[in-house]
Amino acid sequence: MTATPTKAANTAAPPLTHLQRLEAESIHIMREAIAEGGRPVMLYSMGKDSTVLLHLARKAFAPSVLPFPLLHVDTTFKFRDMYSFRDIVAAAPDVELIVHTNPDCVTRGINPFEHGSAMHTNLWKTEGLKQALDLHGFDVAFGGARRDEEASRSKERVMSVRSKNHQWDPKQQRPELWQLYNVRRSPGESLRVFPLSNWTELDVWQYIERENLPIVPLYLAAPRSVVDRGGMLIMVDDDRLPLLRGESPQVRSVRFRTLGCYPLSGAVESTATSVADIIDEMLSSTTSEREGRLIDHDEAGSMEKKKQDGYF
Amino acid sequence: MRTRSADSTLLRVVTCGSVDDGKSTLIGRMLFETNSVHDDQLVSLARDSAAAGTQGAELDFALLLDGLLAEREQGITIDVAYRFFSTARRTFIVADTPGHEQYTRNTATGASTADLAILLVDARKGLLTQTYRHSFIVSLLGIRRVVLAINKMDLVGYDQSCFEQIEHEYRSFAEQVGIAEVMCIPVSALRGDNVTTASVEMPWYSGPTLLDHLESVPSIEQAPGAFRMAVQWVNRPSPDFRGVAGLIASGVVRPGDRVRVLPSGVETVVDRIVTMDGDLPVAGAGRSVTLTFADEIDASRGDLICEAAQPAEVADQLQAHVVWMHEAELLPGRSYLLKLGTRTVGATFAAPRYRLNVNTLEHLAAATLQLNEVGVCDLHLDRPVAFDPYTENRQTGGFIVIDRMTNATVGAGMVKFALRRAHNLHRQAVQVDKRARQRLNGHDTRVLWFTGLSGSGKSTIANEVESRLHAAGIRTYLLDGDNVRHGLNHDLGFTDADRVENVRRVAEVAKLMADAGLVVLVSFISPFTAERRFARSLLDEGEFVEVFVDVPLAVAEARDPKGLYAKARRGELVNFTGIDSPYEPPVAPEIRIDATTLSPAQAAEAIIERLGL
Ligand SMILES: Nc1nc2c(ncn2[C@@H]2O[C@H](COP(=O)(O)OP(=O)(O)O)[C@@H](O)[C@H]2O)c(=O)[nH]1
Repeated sequence: MTATPTKAANTAAPPLTHLQRLEAESIHIMREAIAEGGRPVMLYSMGKDSTVLLHLARKAFAPSVLPFPLLHVDTTFKFRDMYSFRDIVAAAPDVELIVHTNPDCVTRGINPFEHGSAMHTNLWKTEGLKQALDLHGFDVAFGGARRDEEASRSKERVMSVRSKNHQWDPKQQRPELWQLYNVRRSPGESLRVFPLSNWTELDVWQYIERENLPIVPLYLAAPRSVVDRGGMLIMVDDDRLPLLRGESPQVRSVRFRTLGCYPLSGAVESTATSVADIIDEMLSSTTSEREGRLIDHDEAGSMEKKKQDGYF
Repeated sequence: MRTRSADSTLLRVVTCGSVDDGKSTLIGRMLFETNSVHDDQLVSLARDSAAAGTQGAELDFALLLDGLLAEREQGITIDVAYRFFSTARRTFIVADTPGHEQYTRNTATGASTADLAILLVDARKGLLTQTYRHSFIVSLLGIRRVVLAINKMDLVGYDQSCFEQIEHEYRSFAEQVGIAEVMCIPVSALRGDNVTTASVEMPWYSGPTLLDHLESVPSIEQAPGAFRMAVQWVNRPSPDFRGVAGLIASGVVRPGDRVRVLPSGVETVVDRIVTMDGDLPVAGAGRSVTLTFADEIDASRGDLICEAAQPAEVADQLQAHVVWMHEAELLPGRSYLLKLGTRTVGATFAAPRYRLNVNTLEHLAAATLQLNEVGVCDLHLDRPVAFDPYTENRQTGGFIVIDRMTNATVGAGMVKFALRRAHNLHRQAVQVDKRARQRLNGHDTRVLWFTGLSGSGKSTIANEVESRLHAAGIRTYLLDGDNVRHGLNHDLGFTDADRVENVRRVAEVAKLMADAGLVVLVSFISPFTAERRFARSLLDEGEFVEVFVDVPLAVAEARDPKGLYAKARRGELVNFTGIDSPYEPPVAPEIRIDATTLSPAQAAEAIIERLGL
């Protein structure tokens, strides 16, 4: 038997970078969330946060395959590039992707043009998500939300308990100390888990660069056909976008900081054609990414209201 | 100021201050000056500053840190908020915690993950009670490095002696509470002096700016000490791979290292450190890995993998500092869940040894702990856990307390040490056992647990049942609430904590009597589900028979055989069940007696029939 190595021989492990620490913490959170049972699912939206989340999940459980399916709550109004990206991801041997489209919305033809962004988002996404979770009996749902996204999120827990009706009650949230997460829940209750809580937008891009992760091409600048609506550059992604009087699409070099429904996502003018360029651009410019997402402008504190309604 | 490099390190900081010391202004300025504020937030900041700010036409950085709607409306911060900023060398996560006394819970939460604490004081006011309190709490949570930011220096004319006096006072205090490293920095959060750039107003100060200091202190990612990793999950993709996954809490591990699995004590050698990106030759604290071992050993979720030569301790009785975090007070005797590392066990608290006045560190007598109170308690666990004293290892010495019924996290604790009793107290093995006594008696044992409101008829029915059993030659004993309160439990009152202890003792006595081979009848209001469940857990399968004597409150109150309801209604009796103290009816009792329709004799008959003795 070999002698126990002394501390001196045990030279220290290499120091960890902030990305390594964030990665390890997220992996820890994912493992804790599933280790005590339940029916987990990962919400997947093709965006950069989902991309990082999926990669971290693979790392958390390797060499096992993902112990949960992905769920895309579709609105039928995503960018075409997002759908093709989704098909590629879904084709991976370790991925089981569930797509849910709220049937009521399909029947009623809900769209952002006639019904407004708030109703569109609420019915397709918020209601659609609840339907999908109930339909499959999922009680642990991973989401890619970050605390830096918006002021009201800065106090959100890593693991938050939702009632039977998917309600979020600010008073029922549990203190989170050390790395100890309380994953217990009563029958009917579910957990929303946010492993990227402590990541910033910059961290996400740096990680995508470091890990060389494929992303939806819309994040990179390219000449695209857009219309300018009150300062928001909306991409004419298909012929469903009604052009307003006097509006004519122009081709500009743009990219997207966040991706959602194309009629609700504003592009920014940019020449960043690689992830490295995006990071450089971020370091010099600082438009908070949600500025490009119309839904937050509806009311102050709107994110918080949506959270109480069950939207992430 | 931000960085292209992805190699920066991470520092976690907790900030504490009293209301209006300038905490929001200070954090807001750091976010602003490290270019961590987005353009659109700047636009709204400019707009809000003009509308609601306190700085006239200038930016009011405090407005960057807004929170939940309700809080914004009340104009106060009541929860831990996490903020992020980065420089070329470091990424910072700031846990921003509010100052009020009632928010000890939040300070403890924010401090639990922090490497360093920034305490704010207003130079005009000097050290306040809050400063002492915050220092104590962050020290209790294991923070050894504190920055005292002496703010609003502009309002004291940037006076050196003012700064020095506060510094001097604070240093002597910090030593007493075990804060090893103190850095005092004179700042003006409002004007920006010594926040990220050196102040021209204070040439007498030669130390670093706040940001310089934060960038240069060592971070704790390389936690010193022996190797520890709690097993989160067993990774078993195929019959020929079995790994244990976890986050390394401290120390380093390499293939070939000898490790011990606790609490079992089995030893083995690490074979591989597996990650998706390939095996690692060495891994240290803060990394999430999967370990495989040379031998096929039994290691599963809840176990602690330790360096074999320096293993953690194992015990089922602990003494710990406890911070209570819930509106419902700590009930000594109640069975809670305790999560330490990845292990969850049942835990009961003895009455606190003492409570701490968090402002003066004075020890106070206490029967319980209320929300935001800190005390020292002995805990009894239903299974052993592996741990290190918290002062030696924050990851393996900290635990949370969970309420079994609501699943809420109700407390947090820091292990001080194992109670020696746990090591030395061995159960005496006995030769004459329960089975032997049952054979002699000629019948099985049962504990008939009568629960119900005062005046429901529990005691009358229990008496009736006992008479009949006795007549049938069955050895019985009746434990009646009122009688036991005259003797064994004469020291207990009617607070929730005392009720829990009352029932706990009776449950233990009932268990001993069942062990003696008797049929025990317990007639106690026993209002809480948790304690009845505890009583059940003490007994063998099928032995415990919960009898719910069910009458509506109105009926019991109309009967009022002892005149107690009337007294309670007049306010002469407090904590009376049904009036100002809750009764939690059993959901699935073995026997439910509808005492509004059945006579005591009928009820007794029904019960005896169901017993099948
Ligand atoms: N003169 C002066 N005022 C300050 C300074 N820091 C904060 N303040 C003011 O003190 C008040 C309270 O500040 P705020 O940051 O909201 O305090 P908090 O309650 O600790 O977050 C505000 O009016 C600030 O503008 C400072 O260094 N000098």
